Amino acid sequence: MDYFLELFLGGLTRGSIYALIALGYTMVYGIVQLINFAHGEIYMIGAFTALIIASVLTILGLNSIAILVIATAAAIVYSSAYGYTVEKIAYKPLRNAPRLSPLISAIGMSIFLQNYVLLAQTSDFLPFPRLIPEFAFMEPVSHIFSSAELVIVSTTMIVMVLLTLFIKFTNIGKAMRATAQDKTMALLIGIDVDRVISVTFIIGSSLAALGGVLIANHIGQINFYIGFIAGIKAFTAAVLGGIGSIPGAVLGALILGWTESFATGYVSSDYEDVFAFALLVLILIFRPAGLLGKAETKKV
Amino acid sequence: MAQEILKSLKAALWFMFLTFPIMVIKVNTVYKTIEWRWMNMIFIGVGIFVGSFIWRWLLNRKDRPVAKKDFVPVSTRVQAYLAENPMAKRALQGVLLAALLCFPIFMDAYQINIFTVALMYIVLGLGLNIVVGLAGLLDLGYVAFYAVGAYTYALLNTTFGLSFWLVLPIGGALAAIFGILLGFPVLRLRGDYLAIVTLGFGEIIRLVLENWNDFSHGPSGIAGIDKPDFFGLELNLNQMTDAIYYMMVAFTIITIFFVGRLQNSRIGRAWLALREDEIACQAMGVGRTRTKLMAFALGATWAGLMGVVFAAKTTFINPASFTFLESAIILSIVVLGGMGSIPGVILGALIMILLPEYMRSFSEYRMIVFGGAMVLMMVFRPQGLVSNFRRKYSFHGVDERLGG
Amino acid sequence: MKKLLLFAVLAAMFVFAGCSQKPKEEAKPAEAPAAEAAAPAATGDVIKIGVAGAHSGDLASYGLPSVKAAEFVVKSINDKGGLLGKKVELVVVDDVCKPEVAVSSANKLVSEHVVAVLGHICSGATKAAMGTYLAAKIPVMSPSATSPELTKSGEYPNFFRTIAPDDSQARLEIDYITNVLKLKKIAIIHDKGDYGKGLAEFAKGFAEADKKLEIVLYEGITPGAVDYSAIVQKIKQSGAEAVLYGGYHPEAAKIVTLLAKKKMNVKFVSDDGVKDDTFIKVAGQYAEGVYATGPKDVSKNPLAIEATKKHKDAYGEDPGAFYLNAYTAMLAITNAIEKAGSTDYDKLTNALRTEDVETPIGKIKFDEKGDAIGAEFSVYQVKNGVYVEVQ
Repeated sequence: MDYFLELFLGGLTRGSIYALIALGYTMVYGIVQLINFAHGEIYMIGAFTALIIASVLTILGLNSIAILVIATAAAIVYSSAYGYTVEKIAYKPLRNAPRLSPLISAIGMSIFLQNYVLLAQTSDFLPFPRLIPEFAFMEPVSHIFSSAELVIVSTTMIVMVLLTLFIKFTNIGKAMRATAQDKTMALLIGIDVDRVISVTFIIGSSLAALGGVLIANHIGQINFYIGFIAGIKAFTAAVLGGIGSIPGAVLGALILGWTESFATGYVSSDYEDVFAFALLVLILIFRPAGLLGKAETKKV
Repeated sequence: MAQEILKSLKAALWFMFLTFPIMVIKVNTVYKTIEWRWMNMIFIGVGIFVGSFIWRWLLNRKDRPVAKKDFVPVSTRVQAYLAENPMAKRALQGVLLAALLCFPIFMDAYQINIFTVALMYIVLGLGLNIVVGLAGLLDLGYVAFYAVGAYTYALLNTTFGLSFWLVLPIGGALAAIFGILLGFPVLRLRGDYLAIVTLGFGEIIRLVLENWNDFSHGPSGIAGIDKPDFFGLELNLNQMTDAIYYMMVAFTIITIFFVGRLQNSRIGRAWLALREDEIACQAMGVGRTRTKLMAFALGATWAGLMGVVFAAKTTFINPASFTFLESAIILSIVVLGGMGSIPGVILGALIMILLPEYMRSFSEYRMIVFGGAMVLMMVFRPQGLVSNFRRKYSFHGVDERLGG
Repeated sequence: MKKLLLFAVLAAMFVFAGCSQKPKEEAKPAEAPAAEAAAPAATGDVIKIGVAGAHSGDLASYGLPSVKAAEFVVKSINDKGGLLGKKVELVVVDDVCKPEVAVSSANKLVSEHVVAVLGHICSGATKAAMGTYLAAKIPVMSPSATSPELTKSGEYPNFFRTIAPDDSQARLEIDYITNVLKLKKIAIIHDKGDYGKGLAEFAKGFAEADKKLEIVLYEGITPGAVDYSAIVQKIKQSGAEAVLYGGYHPEAAKIVTLLAKKKMNVKFVSDDGVKDDTFIKVAGQYAEGVYATGPKDVSKNPLAIEATKKHKDAYGEDPGAFYLNAYTAMLAITNAIEKAGSTDYDKLTNALRTEDVETPIGKIKFDEKGDAIGAEFSVYQVKNGVYVEVQ
C-alpha cells in the first residue's frame, strides 16, 4: 500500500509538471490552432534565466527568500518576453499562410532557441540552486513526499483555478474565448485579436517559466535540451485531455503522469513512454477529440 | 524615415533587453564568478537595428505582389511553359539526366556519398508528400516506416543472409502493412490529433527497437550488414559508392515517374478532393477509408524501400537514426519545397540535406543557422519554394455549341 | 515533369562543389583509383591524420578534447621536424556521434588520403564508419569507443583503442561490489543507450555467472525525463543494497539526488561516464560516497602532467573527457609511423602491435584484437567533493 501511495504521489508530481507546460500548449492551440513546438524551449529559457539570476544574486549575497522571488519573477518576465517575440517573428506573419507553414516555422524556432542557448551558455548540465526551502512540517513525510513536490503540486492546482477564473470572468478572458470560437466574428465585434493572441502567448509562457523554475529546482540540473522532451510530453498531455480545454490539459497531464509512474512501478520503466503513447492512441480511438474536448460537428 | 529609424531603435532595445541574461551574463556556479559579456549586447543591438530594416523591407515586398492581380510567380510560369512545350521539357530532362550520370566522374567519394544521401531524402520527401501534400494527412512519425525498412533488411540479412534485392520488396511491403496498421485507428482523427498520434507511433517503434534486445539488439544496433550486391561483381569502396549512387539515381527517377503518375490518377485526384473537403468528397462517392489507407500505405512503402537502402548503405544501424528530428526534417523538406509539388520536394531535399553538409565548416553555428533559416523561409515564402502548379482543364465545347 | 528550377539549383551545386573541390582533384592520381594505391602515394610531402568525433551537438564535450590533444601532439612533432621528414597535418571532421554522419565523415577522410584516424568518439558511430576505413585500409584508433564488440568480434582488424572495453569495466564493478563492499543484492539500472545498456548487460551476465550476487532489479530509464521518482521507489521496493548504474552523469546525478532525498541507504556504483567532475558539481553534497570506475590514476605520470600542463597553458582550464586517451592515441599512431618507417597499412599495424610506446597512461602496445595492453580501470569514490582512487 505504501508503494502504491508513493507511486501515486510520484505520478501526481510528474503530472503537475506536465500540466504547467501543457496549459501553455492548450491555450495557444485554442486561440490560433497552432502546435507551438517552441513552447518547450520557452520553458527551458525560463529555467535558464532563473538559474543565471539566482546565481548572480547568490554571489552578491542576498538571502534565499529574496533570491527565490526575484529569480522566479525574472524567469516569468523573460519567458513571457520570449513567447511574445517568438509569436511576433515566427507566427504572426504566417496568420494567413497554409496550415503547415507555422508548424515548420515552430520547429525551426525550437531548433534555433535550443542552439542559441547552447552557444551563448554551455552544452554541459548546470547545477540548479535549491531555491525552495525544506519545510519543517513536511519533515516526517519527506521521504515519500518532499517540500519541493508539495510546492509543485499546489502551484499547479492554484494556477489552474486562477486561470479558469481569469478566462471565465475577466474581459480579456472573454475576448479570448470569443477569439477561440470564431476569429473573424471576434474581429467584427471589435475585439483586438492580435492583442488577444499576444496575451495568450504571454500567459502560456509565464506558466511555462513557472514550471521551468519548479522542475529545475526539483531535478537540480538543467541544460539546453530539457525543453524538447518535456514539451513533447506536455503536448501529448494536452491532446489527451482535449486540446483547447484548460481542465482537460490538467486532467490529461495527471493521467499521463500516473500512467508513467505506475507503468514504471508495476511493469517496467523500459517501456514507460510506450505506455504513455499507447494510452494516447487508445483514448483518441474512443474519443477522437480527447477526454474533455468538444466533439466537433462539422457543418457543411 | 524618422519613424522607420525609431521602429528599428525600439526593436534593437527590445532585443538587447531580451538577450541580456543569456547572452551577457555567464556564471560559473562552481567558482562563483560572473563574466559580463557586454560586447555581445552591443553586437545584438547593432545587428537587430540593421536587421529590422531588412526584415520590414522583406515583409513589405512579400505583401506587395498580392495586390498585383496578374502576378504569376516565376516557378509557376516555368512550370506552365514546360507543360505546353514537351520538346523543351524533354531537352531539360535529358540535360538533367546526363548531369546526374556524369556526376561521379568529376567528384570524389565524399561528394558522391552526400549526393546519394540527398537523393535518398528526395525519395523520402516524395513518399511523405503523398501523405501530407496530396492527401493532407499530417504525419509526424514518418521515420517509423523508414526504421521498419532498415530493420527488415538488417535482421533478414544478418540472421538469414538474404540479399538486398530480395529484401527490398519485403521491406517496402512490410512498411506498407505498418502504414495500414497505423492508418486504421487514426482514420477518424483530424488534423493535429492525427499529428500527435503519428508522432507517438513513431516514438513507440523507436522505443521498442531500443528496448527489445533479443529482437533488435537494442541501442547497440546491428553491425556488419551487407552492402547491395550488383550482379555478383567484386567492387572496391569507390566503385561501391558509385554503384549505390547510380542505384539511387534510378530509384529517384522511378519514384518521380511513379508519384507523377499517381498524382494525376484516379486515386491521386481522390486524395486532393479528400484534402480539400472530406464531406463533399464522400458525398461524391469516394470511399474515405480506402483512400486514406492507400495514402498511408503508399507513403510508407517508399520509406520502407529507403530504409532498406539506408541499412545497406551504412552497413550499421541503431535506433538513434530514427528520432523525431528525422521526421521533422523530412516534413520540412515537403513543406519547404512546396506541398504537393514534385520539383518543390526535390529542391527542398537538396537544400535541407546539402546546406548543413556544406556548412560543416561552421560546425557549431550550423544548427542555429538551420533553425533560423527554416523560420525565415516560412515567414517570407510560406507556400514553399515552388508553389504547386495546378493543371487547368478548360472546356471549350460549350461556347462553340452555343455560338453555332 | 518540369525541373528547370531543379536544374538551376543542381547546376549551381555542381559549380559550387566543383570549385571547392578543384585543389583536391589535382592531387587525385586517376579516377576511381584502387584504394591501396591511393593512400600513401598521393599525400605528397605531408602526412595527414584524420580526427573524427562529435565536435558539435550535445556530445561535443566528449569529442572536442581529442581535437585539442591531437593538435598539441602534432605541434610538438612538427616543431621537431616532423615524421619521416614530412610535416604532419590534421584533418578534423565532425560526426555528431551519429552513425550515418560518421559514414560521410569517414568517406571524407578517405578521400583526403589520411594515413590513420584518431576517433571516432562514440561506439555506434565508430562501428558504422569502420567498414569504410577497412575497405580503404586505414588504421583507426579511438580514445573513447568502449564497445567490446569493436575488438572482440574480430571484424575490425584495423581498429585500436587506448581505453579499456566496457566488459572489463563491468567485471571490475561486479567484483568490487561482491568482494570489497560485500553486498548481496543489486539493482542494475541503465540509460538505454549504447554505452550504458551494453555495460549493464555485461554486468548482468557476470553477476549471473558468479552466482554470488542477486539481481533484484534490471531496468532502463529514459534519459532526459522530467522526473525519476518512480524508478527510485522501485529500487527501494526491490530491497537492493547497491545500485549499479550504466550511463552518463546527468541521469546519475538525478538518481543519486533522489535516492538521498528519499533517505535510502544504498551504495551507488557507476562507470566512466559518471566519473566526471560535472557529476560532482551537479549532484553536490549528494555525490559523496558514490563509486565510479575510470581509467587508472595517472596524475603522477610525467607525460600526463606535461599534456595537462600544455592544455592549461593554452586554454586556461583543465582538459575535458578522454583528453589523455586521445593524447595517448596520437602518440601511439605517430610513434608507429616513425618505427615502421612508412605509412603503409601492414607495416603500421604491425608496429602498433609490436612496439612499446611511453604515453600519458603508461607504457602501452596493442594486442592482436586492438585493445591496449596497459590501459586498465580502477575504482574511484567521491570524497569531499573529489574523486579519489580506492583500493
